[in-house]
Amino acid sequence: MSKTVKLKKGLDIKLAGSAEKIVIDMPLPKTVALKPADFHGMMPKMVIKEGERVLAGAAVFYDKYRESIKCVSPVSGTVRSIIRGDKRKILEVLIDVDSQIEYAENFGPIDVAGMDGAQVKEILLEKGLWLYIKQRPIDVVADPAQTPKAIFISGFDSAPLAADLDFILHGRGADFQAGVDVLKKLTSGNVNISINSDAPADAAIANCKNVVFHKISGPHPAGNVGTQIHHISPINKGEFIFTVNAQDVALIGRYFNTGKYDATRLVALTGSEIKNPKYYRLLSGSNIHDLLTNNLKQEHVRVISGNVLTGDKIDKVNGYLGFYHNQITVIPEGDQYKFFLTKGWLGPGFDKFSNSRLFPTFLVNAFAPNKKYVLDTNLNGEERAFVVTGELEKVFPFDILPMQLVKAAITDDIDAMESLGIYEVAPEDFALCEYVCTTKINIQDKIRRGLDLIQQECM
Amino acid sequence: MKFLENVLHKWEPKFSKGGKLEKWNPLFETLATFAFSPKLVTQKGSHIRDGVDLKRTMMTVIFALVPCLIFGIYNTGHWEMVAASGNRDLVFWADMGTKFLMGLKVVLPILLVSYGVGLGVEFMFGMFRGHSLHEGFLVSGMLIPLIMPADIDLWMVAVATVFAVVIGKEIFGGTGMNIVNIALTARAFLFFAYPTYMSGDKVWMAGKEADGFTGSTALGDLATFTSNKAVVAGEEVMNGVEHLTAFSNNYSVWDSFMGSIPGSIGETSALACLIGAFILIWTGVGSWKIITSFIVGGLAGGLLMNLIGGNAYMDLPPYYHLIIGGFAFGAVFMATDPVTASQTSSGKWIYGFVGGLFAILIRVFNPAYPEGVMLSILFMNVMAPIIDHYVIQSNVKRRQKRLKLKTA
Repeated sequence: MSKTVKLKKGLDIKLAGSAEKIVIDMPLPKTVALKPADFHGMMPKMVIKEGERVLAGAAVFYDKYRESIKCVSPVSGTVRSIIRGDKRKILEVLIDVDSQIEYAENFGPIDVAGMDGAQVKEILLEKGLWLYIKQRPIDVVADPAQTPKAIFISGFDSAPLAADLDFILHGRGADFQAGVDVLKKLTSGNVNISINSDAPADAAIANCKNVVFHKISGPHPAGNVGTQIHHISPINKGEFIFTVNAQDVALIGRYFNTGKYDATRLVALTGSEIKNPKYYRLLSGSNIHDLLTNNLKQEHVRVISGNVLTGDKIDKVNGYLGFYHNQITVIPEGDQYKFFLTKGWLGPGFDKFSNSRLFPTFLVNAFAPNKKYVLDTNLNGEERAFVVTGELEKVFPFDILPMQLVKAAITDDIDAMESLGIYEVAPEDFALCEYVCTTKINIQDKIRRGLDLIQQECM
Repeated sequence: MKFLENVLHKWEPKFSKGGKLEKWNPLFETLATFAFSPKLVTQKGSHIRDGVDLKRTMMTVIFALVPCLIFGIYNTGHWEMVAASGNRDLVFWADMGTKFLMGLKVVLPILLVSYGVGLGVEFMFGMFRGHSLHEGFLVSGMLIPLIMPADIDLWMVAVATVFAVVIGKEIFGGTGMNIVNIALTARAFLFFAYPTYMSGDKVWMAGKEADGFTGSTALGDLATFTSNKAVVAGEEVMNGVEHLTAFSNNYSVWDSFMGSIPGSIGETSALACLIGAFILIWTGVGSWKIITSFIVGGLAGGLLMNLIGGNAYMDLPPYYHLIIGGFAFGAVFMATDPVTASQTSSGKWIYGFVGGLFAILIRVFNPAYPEGVMLSILFMNVMAPIIDHYVIQSNVKRRQKRLKLKTA
């Protein structure tokens, strides 16, 4: 085991409403949705039409640009509707779920030991499992034509209220190991798993073989795979690293252990506005309405698939769990005026959580280190030009100059982006920067646009 | 507060798009967002945001400036009384109420003109561009009066403010886009456009001066040390009298530190600046790196002068440089302006140090510009992007080196 990477920069936002470690099994949802937007950059081409029947594990759409990449249905049922947005872009494919799931195929266990990388890749692509594999740079679904120099799996999630991956993977060691063995076939290098040096990892992760473990300590974003890659095996131009979420590794493994596509996942329902924050076992893409019924403290809330920093806003009634998410967060909506001296910009601010000393958060932290905050979605200001400097650097544990890179991305300066390290970052790495920034600029979006430009022009 | 909020709701449609008073929306929005933090919510990316915003940041700087302002008002009153009586040895801490009122009568109009004219220009640009007031001028409007001589004409304050806001800031795109510090632009404009009003020994005291009385400043006196005719507090220092002894008799370390000496309105008191520095550093609004390195640079400059020697000015103990003139004020409030200073961490060290060093060099070597701090900071403002460029390049080189190691 290599030495511990100790991070000092970062920020743990202490939110109220972390999930209790109790699992509730949800019945089959009435509807599931597949959202092409979960796979950034994909241009979906439908395989089936509205009203047609689809079995679990059968293809629903594929990527027009990379036809081998398919998205399969997690359930058997009927395609109720294909919801389209501007320019007929497909937003959601809604599938009404059968009362009993019928699988398109059920081979039984597949042994990968004798297979080579190409064969494994073909299975992953054919069965829709490839979507779980993402690549750095650009942070999109991995390019099947590339051989990565390594594969990275983050063994813990440090985001606010994040699901505990040790708890999620507890008892699923066999599936996790099978997933790792599959991934190992894809790379000439190692499969790397980073674990939190402050807490012992669950046996499912810790006993895994054929992997290299790394220990990371420090505040968020220590658990982000991008941070870990940067400190363990930074990406140079032209190199590729594949990343897979830990739970998704077990999902891949489950396919190879059972031979059927079972997209059941454990999801933490969290946030200050949830009455019973617990873990729920449900299908990928499930409608979350059942989850929230009689479970909300108030109705004026924002429901987020994922965590508060990087998740997607979804509807309370017609919202669906995102493809990669282990977590649903519900926080109060903040669209109220706040009088400047009481709750507003010049108020004492004990209710705000700030990384800056302009608010008493640091005092509260000193005297009541366990205080949890209820934060709403208010922007807490208006968009401004960059004035304050040195702010982003405090929460960005990379040897990269964040503000300069953001500016390069805003100005579409490809040369500057390349030299400042755009290949090493993903939008989620800038989530904390976006949180702390006085400008209130949507930094993750700027970085995403920069990455899109790089992909278009340089890859 | 509900009442005020209702009033706001009632008027909002008139000012929003398509309303009767649409043109005045920037003004309305500025006032509305001042009274109530707006109800904007996050649309993309992070769903929660830090409480900090530019309004609170700027307001903190204004709080930090309050000690300088209050002391400046009192000091102005004191020297006005001195000028009127012709007695330079008036006790500083006496007749406090009267002095404060006298000072207020002088400083308040300057403050009002600075804010009034500056905000007026900002609103015009805001209306032209369709955005509300960006908070930058809240600080600039306070800084401008504090670096003016007490005796300045109000029309000059107005002209300088217009120049600084338009040429210094708005043509570059507004708050956050300027190259050089706004307040110093105003000061430099007056300095070069109306030199006789801005230096020499006539301008530092408000009010009518008694016959034969001159109100010179410490820096003005020091500048004469390099010439044939050394003057301290209006009296020629005779041959054989130690220049520096005469100087320190008139401007003791304690007086200079407290600020009970003539000078620009808000800059004389190093103590008030220190309080401001404490607020800025404690809240993290001002860069402690810049403040520290600026002071270290100044001390280094003073020491260097001592080593070279040559005339009485060069022999001045280095700590004196820090407490006279605008050095402390410049280090705390001017050099730290984040928009015009270096933006990288190591760049800030270099920026501050060279700035402090140059301030002393200009002071000592160029008697035509007694106050080197202003010119030094303006110069460093222009140099800051270059410093940053090299700091950024060193980061870029590290990455390139890694790539080379890989391919080699």
